[in-house]
Amino acid sequence: MENTFFGYRRENGRVGVRNHVIILPLDDLSNSACEAVANNVKGTLAIPHAYGRLQFGEDLELHFRTLIGAGCNPNVAAVIVIGIEPQWTDRIVQGIAKTGKPVAGFSIEQNGDFNTICAASKKAMEFLQVASECRREECDIKELWVSTKCGESDTTSGIATNPTVGNAYDKLYDKGNTILFGETTELTGGEHLVLERCANDQVRKDFQFFFDRYAKVVDDHKTSDLSDSQPTKGNIEGGLTTIEEKALGNIQKIGTKAPVVGCLEKAVEPTGPGLWFQDSSSAAAEQVTLCAASGFVVHFFPTGQGNIIGNPILPVIKLCSNPRTLRTMSEHFDVDVSGLVRREINLDEAGDKLLDMMVRTANGRLTSAEVLGHREFIMTKLYESA
Amino acid sequence: MVPDFLVHEAADGVGVVVVEGLKADQEITGWVMKEDETVTIKILNDIPIGHKVALKDFAEGDTVIKYNTDIGKVVAPIKKGEHLHVHNVKTKRW
Repeated sequence: MENTFFGYRRENGRVGVRNHVIILPLDDLSNSACEAVANNVKGTLAIPHAYGRLQFGEDLELHFRTLIGAGCNPNVAAVIVIGIEPQWTDRIVQGIAKTGKPVAGFSIEQNGDFNTICAASKKAMEFLQVASECRREECDIKELWVSTKCGESDTTSGIATNPTVGNAYDKLYDKGNTILFGETTELTGGEHLVLERCANDQVRKDFQFFFDRYAKVVDDHKTSDLSDSQPTKGNIEGGLTTIEEKALGNIQKIGTKAPVVGCLEKAVEPTGPGLWFQDSSSAAAEQVTLCAASGFVVHFFPTGQGNIIGNPILPVIKLCSNPRTLRTMSEHFDVDVSGLVRREINLDEAGDKLLDMMVRTANGRLTSAEVLGHREFIMTKLYESA
Repeated sequence: MVPDFLVHEAADGVGVVVVEGLKADQEITGWVMKEDETVTIKILNDIPIGHKVALKDFAEGDTVIKYNTDIGKVVAPIKKGEHLHVHNVKTKRW
């Protein structure tokens, strides 16, 4: 693996691998204005989403953390926030402003869409031209924060593709990188293996808390096989039979070396290097969005049957070892590790192949998901709005 | 040689098919990854890529082991060489 990459150093010292100017809605009502601004100012990126009205309590706090975290992500150079009213809009603006990056807020009430779009477009143009002069600089590899999640897994995920991520994670741990995994319910059947990896009693206690909390949600609403959601129809088509089998494959992603140094609530940034667990849904777009909101700049996404997800802020590197999937939907993959199931390459070589693609992606190579326009930005919602 | 199926470790009762088009009555070759051993088995059903073959006989109520860990319970008898999946194995969790 290379020891350096070329990234964008931000005002707060963190390093990003993309240089997005995003147009971020506070709420569902403001999606339309954000999309109009992004249409006016070519090269900016609107990030529409479904929520932001009448949420309360922890669900509202998570909404704010997710939007502020997305704006703070080092892959973002500057942010325009648009909301229906000024007060919550300003809360997002102030949260992002702590990074020191350019950010400005606009609200629609007493202005209407037209005036808001006009004012926000002028500011977006200014931000984009400033961002266009940001230059990449050489940075230590350990400054890359790397997250992972698998999707539409099958048995090849557990036997080859996820262990490839595990091998890469072992090597990134040695370099001092900040690395993350999540997917709380998809650890069911292998939770004892994660507990064994926790660095100390406090981390074990925290992991058990998050695991039990999610297990209760499942228990309160459960149906037989969770209505074919765990495993999914795609998992079953790919040969996975039970949640335990799926979880044991999933856990291969954390490799064999790194202790779990801490457990995080959703959309909370880690505070140091090493392997972190973050409580999250196992739905791909929700988890990847939480990773983006937690400051991660590159994502490893192993898939078996071919989950096609992307994210507007966080480049998602897709890897696969299932020969049928690679043959039938090849445009979705960045790294082919099917050599593992044919015994043509070993795990160490597969891990290096993924890390090589990580550095190339960090240096600017567009992922398949970016080229194909996959920008799934999905907020996790904890319960009904008021 | 390219294997037809992979086995995580010798203690496992199942193998994972990694090639397409395997038909009933075929003799197939597998690689036990941890112990680095080669095994052969005659399959009794067509088994699609990614799906599992039973490497021994299972009775109803038996536990299926993969990754040297419990992955669920047998709900219908399975013969060595048969397709092992959701029609004969279920989770113990939910």
